[in-house]
Amino acid sequence: MEYTVIILLLPMAMFLLLGLLDSKLSPRMAGILGTLGMIVCTAVAYTTAYQYFTQPRIDGEFPPVTAINIEWLRFTDFLHIDLGIYLDPISVMMLVVITTVSLMVHIYSLGYMHGEIGFQRYYAFLSLFSMSMLGLVVATNIFQMYIFWELVGVSSYLLIGFYYTKPEAVSASKKAFIVTRFADLGFLIGILILSFYTKTFDFATLTAAPGTIITETAGASFLGCSVAAWALALIFMGGAGKSAMFPLHIWLPDAMEGPTPVSALIHAATMVVAGVYLVARLFPLFCVTPEVLDFITVVGAVTALYAAIVACVQSDIKRVLAFSTISQIAFMMVALGVARDTDLHAGLGYMASMFHLFTHAMFKALLFLGAGAIIHAVHSNEMTAMGGLRKYMPITHITFLIACLAIAGIPPFSGFFSKDEILTAVMNKSLFWGIWMTVVAGLTAFYMFRLYYRIFWWNKPDYSHHTPHEAPLTMTIPLIILAAITCVAGFIPFGEFVSVNGQPYHIHLDPTVATTSIIIALIGISLATWLFLKENKKPGAMADSMRTLYTAAYHRFYIDEIYQFVTHKIIFALICRPIAWFDRHIIDGTMNMLANVTQGVSARIKGLQSGYIQSYAWIFLAGALVIAIITMCCF
Amino acid sequence: METPMIYYIIISTIMFFAGVYGFITRKNMLMMLISIELMLNAVDINFAVFNRYLYPDAMEGMIFTLFAIGIAAAETAIAIAIIINIFRHIRNIDAENLDDMKY
Amino acid sequence: MESIAQQVIFYLLAIVIVICSVLTVTTRRILRAATYLLFVLFATAGIYFMLDYTFLGAVQLAVYAGGILVLFVFSILLTSHPGERTPQASIVKRILGLILAIAGTAICTYALITYPFETIPLTGGELDVKAIGHALIGMEKFQYLLPFEAISVLLLACIIGGIMIARKR
Repeated sequence: MEYTVIILLLPMAMFLLLGLLDSKLSPRMAGILGTLGMIVCTAVAYTTAYQYFTQPRIDGEFPPVTAINIEWLRFTDFLHIDLGIYLDPISVMMLVVITTVSLMVHIYSLGYMHGEIGFQRYYAFLSLFSMSMLGLVVATNIFQMYIFWELVGVSSYLLIGFYYTKPEAVSASKKAFIVTRFADLGFLIGILILSFYTKTFDFATLTAAPGTIITETAGASFLGCSVAAWALALIFMGGAGKSAMFPLHIWLPDAMEGPTPVSALIHAATMVVAGVYLVARLFPLFCVTPEVLDFITVVGAVTALYAAIVACVQSDIKRVLAFSTISQIAFMMVALGVARDTDLHAGLGYMASMFHLFTHAMFKALLFLGAGAIIHAVHSNEMTAMGGLRKYMPITHITFLIACLAIAGIPPFSGFFSKDEILTAVMNKSLFWGIWMTVVAGLTAFYMFRLYYRIFWWNKPDYSHHTPHEAPLTMTIPLIILAAITCVAGFIPFGEFVSVNGQPYHIHLDPTVATTSIIIALIGISLATWLFLKENKKPGAMADSMRTLYTAAYHRFYIDEIYQFVTHKIIFALICRPIAWFDRHIIDGTMNMLANVTQGVSARIKGLQSGYIQSYAWIFLAGALVIAIITMCCF
Repeated sequence: METPMIYYIIISTIMFFAGVYGFITRKNMLMMLISIELMLNAVDINFAVFNRYLYPDAMEGMIFTLFAIGIAAAETAIAIAIIINIFRHIRNIDAENLDDMKY
Repeated sequence: MESIAQQVIFYLLAIVIVICSVLTVTTRRILRAATYLLFVLFATAGIYFMLDYTFLGAVQLAVYAGGILVLFVFSILLTSHPGERTPQASIVKRILGLILAIAGTAICTYALITYPFETIPLTGGELDVKAIGHALIGMEKFQYLLPFEAISVLLLACIIGGIMIARKR
């Protein structure tokens, strides 16, 4: 299946072509070229998926295929960095997800970004991102993954800062880059520790014998935990940074400053799930260190609840969606965290997590693209500028509603099935976390429908100066396609393809869990309907009755302020400033002094180099005479 | 009774150092050139005198003097051409004013 | 008798050379400096005659006194007004120059006087011009065709160079 390399090379070529030609191409041409490239990519990815999943099973599982593996840098026999393409069920699944969403976003952007300055640059960056993300998922070894991991970080940075004349966009892109970069530091250290003990970067070798790491690191421990656990926890830190887990989530809401299709592609469907993918990829290793999985569960659960509460009170629709994304990714993390062992039932969370990743990518992309269409129509991100839009934008309305039902977990939409698997998996492991996550699911339904009603129902604001209208065809077609996928994706026998040990798993619904989750989702929806269907005083009164909580949630529980305090007041003021002073006055001062002394001395003696030949002659003859005198005196 | 050789040489020494003095103290380039001629002349005398008094049978010193006179002529011609050219440009031939190409 | 006459002539020449050399470099009128130089050159030619180098003396008169000095006078007239006094160098510079010149003279004179030159009594008399001619264009040992030609090429180069530099554009 060597042809899969096209999936990587084509977006790369597109990036170079569009990036180098830039304004030499007309915007229209650039958009069409980029989209065509993506169409070919998608076709190849689908072919790959078809071919991969129709091959005969060996021992009941689809064997992993290393399509290409090139030794890129060789340092020693053990230490060499390879580049290649590794196909197994999850990477093939990711290829399909990424190419599909990316293609949708490419098409959508033709309409959404129409007339923007830097349209060609935008498409070039989109191609760069697609290439990096695809390279990340097909990585054969952890180092290749790390390389592409950083590349998606860069392209995310570039795309968030696309409107680089806007100060908010610039600071948001910086924030995203620095926070994820900080997390990646942990990732890198984790990689180094891991490969130091296991003597390999290769995923296949690492996961084939997960016990090796325990035997290799036996006896080595740090702060009471084994080195293996530390290595994996640090790797998880990288994943948590990319996937916006608490408390490294602060960059994601700000990243909404980028163009909306970018938010759909990068900050909802693909890049932010890289952390989940990373944990899934190394899952056999995590299995041997249950304490790390427990840690992941706690982090995920806290993040899910936190983000859901914050999402309930935000007024910027993209921020609501951003917090909803954080919350949903936390669901996936929790599912991975509760999975134990590579047994089908104990490892149910693994399958559930991947399933939710798949469905979430589709309906969250749909939500973002829908939000983009709404923003396109009313020229504002704020809820207060919206309301009653269902009559103006019927297609957007219907597709948005489908996505909301899916994320709320109403059958038969895809979100119900995947979320249900997650809840079942969590319930199996621990009742406490099960109830916790069910509550979060209810909150999800509430805040999504709050958003939905506020946008499409509520009361109309004054649209007299500008009547909203339905989005152009290039924007509605991706919405319809994604909505269709959302409707049917739940019926895909996902467990047949992806499961923790590769054996086919037949998804069956746990009636108790399913019923509970539907009921709680309906409660959430009803509450939202009661509060937000028509304009009324109830939401305000409710907010007033819980003023403290409301304000805290509105300010995202002051996490950003805490970061601000820690970085500025403590790190900058107490550490950086003295160091800067030392650098400026002592180190630079030494250098300046040397330079000043040199300059002063040369200024003094430059008179000798006057250029007046008579002075030279005088000095020369005087010197000659002195030498003559010395010679005569000595001999 | 011969004139002692040393007398000639002392005369040429005085002439030489008169040239040195002129070269160092005069600003006018033509004056500097004249001083150089003085020095050259003093050296010429030395050649001739040493040849005559120390090696009367040879004539290398004298031939050298001949060549030196020829070269002095060439050098003076070129120097004066340059000086006149400078004069045309800056209407002045003081050595101190020639700093356009300095630094 | 003859030797006394020679002594007198020598002292006369010596006085002319010393005084005119000093005047050449001290006078502030440049045309006068050129004139004093002319006297010095004449006296030098006289010294060559006294040393029996009549050919050399003739060349000195013809080239130096006749050629170079005319060039000097021309260029002086081109670049300065008659009777103009050249600006004086600063007093410090002059004193320094004077010290250097006197010290140099003293040291050199001292060195020359103390060195025991082994002079050979003069013989032969006047040098044969024919011998000089042979020496200049011969190729044997102690003969100078190559330097002679080199000088001639140099002179040619000087002619061209002089024209190139001085011509008006």
